[in-house]
Amino acid sequence: METYKLSVNGQPKEVTVDPGTPLLWVLREDLKITGTKYGCGIGACGACTVHLGGIATRSCVVPVSLVGDRPIVTIEAIAEDRVGRAVQDAWVAHDVVQCGYCQSGQIMSAVALLKTVPRPTDTNIEESMGGNLCRCATYVRIREAIQAASQQLA
Amino acid sequence: MRAVTSAANDVLLGRRAFLRVSATIAGGLIVSLHLDLPLHAQEAGEAVPAPKVYPPDAFVQIRPDGKILIKVNRLEFGQGVQTSLPMILADEMDADWSQVIAELAPAAEVYKDPLYGFQMVGSSSSISHSFQQYRELGARTRAMLVAAAAQQWNVSPAQCRTEASVVHGPGGQSARYAELAEAAAKQAVPATALLKDPSQFRLVGRRVRRLDSHSKCDGSLKFGLDLDFPGMKTAVVARPPVFGARVKSFDDKDARRIAGVRDVFEIPLARGTGVAVVADRFWAAKQGRDTLKVEWDLSAVERPDSAQLWTKYKTLARTPGKVAASRGDEKRIDTFTASNRIVAEFEFPYLAHTPMEPLNTTIRFDGDRAETWAGSQFQTADQAAIAEVLGLKPEQVTFHTEMAGGGFGRRATPDSHVAREAATIAKRVRGAPVKLIWTREDDVQGGYYRPMHVHRVEIGVGPDGMPLAWRHVIVGQSITAGTPFEALIVKDGVDSTAVEGTVDTQYDIPHFHVSAHHPTVNVPVLWWRSVGHAHSAFVMETLIDELAMRAKADPVAYRRKLVKPDAKKLRGALDLMDLKSAPWRTTLPAGHAAGIACHECFGTAVACAVDVSIENERPRIHRVTIAVDLGLAVNPLGVESQFQAGVAFGLSQLMAKGAITLKDGRVEQRNFDGYTPPYIVDAPVAVDVHIVPSGEAPSGSGEPPVPVISPAVVNALARLTGTRHRSLPLVAV
Repeated sequence: METYKLSVNGQPKEVTVDPGTPLLWVLREDLKITGTKYGCGIGACGACTVHLGGIATRSCVVPVSLVGDRPIVTIEAIAEDRVGRAVQDAWVAHDVVQCGYCQSGQIMSAVALLKTVPRPTDTNIEESMGGNLCRCATYVRIREAIQAASQQLA
Repeated sequence: MRAVTSAANDVLLGRRAFLRVSATIAGGLIVSLHLDLPLHAQEAGEAVPAPKVYPPDAFVQIRPDGKILIKVNRLEFGQGVQTSLPMILADEMDADWSQVIAELAPAAEVYKDPLYGFQMVGSSSSISHSFQQYRELGARTRAMLVAAAAQQWNVSPAQCRTEASVVHGPGGQSARYAELAEAAAKQAVPATALLKDPSQFRLVGRRVRRLDSHSKCDGSLKFGLDLDFPGMKTAVVARPPVFGARVKSFDDKDARRIAGVRDVFEIPLARGTGVAVVADRFWAAKQGRDTLKVEWDLSAVERPDSAQLWTKYKTLARTPGKVAASRGDEKRIDTFTASNRIVAEFEFPYLAHTPMEPLNTTIRFDGDRAETWAGSQFQTADQAAIAEVLGLKPEQVTFHTEMAGGGFGRRATPDSHVAREAATIAKRVRGAPVKLIWTREDDVQGGYYRPMHVHRVEIGVGPDGMPLAWRHVIVGQSITAGTPFEALIVKDGVDSTAVEGTVDTQYDIPHFHVSAHHPTVNVPVLWWRSVGHAHSAFVMETLIDELAMRAKADPVAYRRKLVKPDAKKLRGALDLMDLKSAPWRTTLPAGHAAGIACHECFGTAVACAVDVSIENERPRIHRVTIAVDLGLAVNPLGVESQFQAGVAFGLSQLMAKGAITLKDGRVEQRNFDGYTPPYIVDAPVAVDVHIVPSGEAPSGSGEPPVPVISPAVVNALARLTGTRHRSLPLVAV
């Protein structure tokens, strides 16, 4: 067991856990921040996507010991950011969600995309969102919502 | 399980159903529909005493702040009933939609499906079975509010009108529903529900956004997996490497050394036994399981092997099975010579559902009662199973229906195996809530797959290019054999879930014969979204397309010619699809081809056109045009959304890694790296959905999108490459 100081959604947090514990489970079980989801545990579905040091990251394959001082942002705080708010609003306006379980991760990936590529092409979207599985397969509306958020931010 | 015939149901709904009303402490109004009270009480118009404890089985609650809570008698797992059922009730009630909130109902008698007598989601039946029920609930609630207002104003109810949660009187009076709720609760429940003329609908038929969007976009919605209670433990189970194997011995020394691991013990499973690891946290439980050394006894279990099963199935397919449908002359097919006869063999592997939210159930058992939280499609069965394991009566098990992250049939298990495992563990843990989690590996390797199938079809082609004779043999495990559903679904040795989509084809084929073999295999199987239709429609629609090509006919015109004259829904869908897709189908760029398919299932007819090219040896789906006749579309936005995404879900069976295979009894895939559903690049870029205008009774939209897409894509590929793909998944194009 080791103690780690983390910055989560702008708040300082301290946890004492096994160093190998994935960030996902530290967020969900130690910090009770459950918007970030467990889908596969091997970085293959993107449901656990958070922003780590500003980069969209699969939190299920990042041991807490490797987080260091990089700030963590989860879905719960994404609306505090201008791009995050626009994406979240577009998701609601376009009625994207179905079961909704993957959508935290989808939104986190979409926000990271729009921060680096404000006017994404279809190819940009497919590359950035390509690792986020939606089993309901709401992909058409995900594309629409990303383009709508992009236009709204322009 | 109880089967209720439709005639019996008419009695239940038309004569026995009535409302129980009570004022809440807060002055709210609770209305609930009871189906189980004596007929004479209803017919005699006897007052029902207000219950002392406000029943949890309420459908409507008007709160003092004007919020209207509507209970949903179904699991919400993406299909949108948590929005569409409240729309139906709120419309008849003239509730202010902006004030409506929805909640999933717990397991209770009152929330059972009005037709099935069983609380469940399946067969795309939620709207069709509860449309009338929710309309009547809304209409009765409105009538009681109006009666209360009329009494206060000393006017006739007929002089009052309602809109947006307000009753308006003839002299300009008005009162909000929230103000009237307490008085309304004291009104007699109307014996008959006066329903609106559909032309007066304010919500039904409109594009209404989902009520659960916000909470699913900001991380606040708690799925079953997200629940947390003081003192809660988490359990994972080491599962047998071959279905049904048993623990011979296990060494848990290392597992017990892991910080947070509290207990390790053997448990019975639905098939075989396993070792449960209970810990304070998931990560500790999983590490504990990973360090267990379990010796398995594989001696008594069959070890299925996909390669051997294909051989066995294909051999069986050459022999007639149990007859599922027979029209015309069964032997007619034998009169056709090779030049006018098509023989086609199709392979469909096992498919896992892999809903995004891994399976889980939380139970707290304290000796004489239990509380459960689960995203279940079969609340009635799961509640009873938990009660049985814990030695309780079902009513001693409070069962909360939790929002589920997908399901596609996986949360509708006749053997309630997840619920039973959770209860077995909770019985030992006792006192503390314990959450059983299936890891993704447990899910991918854990069985309950769509059964593997072989279809073998022989077609005799007439001189006009139309099919004259059709002999069809289907080989696959029965989903319902050995379950309580067997009596309802298996007839004359044929499981109707295996042959649906063929025996009920809307094509007019004079000499038509379908039979089925149901081998027994040591792999648990289950219904997978659209059940038999996804493989049957693939067979039917790719063969019809092949026949059309052979006849050098337009694929839409050929289908129109072959569809039965009375298949009105399917004809309407074909016509609308043709109209909407013709502009792009006639102007496709080089390297693109259009593929067509149509299918009717669960009362809904669907026609589909796809624009496909080949990129990186995979089908690239540029566009899909869908036309659908599902009767009255309660929420056209929800229907559009279901179809846009549902067709992409349907592509699961075409994915290169879209198969579960077994070798020496062991499942060869572990996770999404080996069993890969469609990602964004695999899905259609655009899907336009067109609804055939209809005032007919609504049918479902959950399953009908699935069957049409894969044959449409494969039909387009045949036009691009000349190759007819009959073995799924589509490993290479």
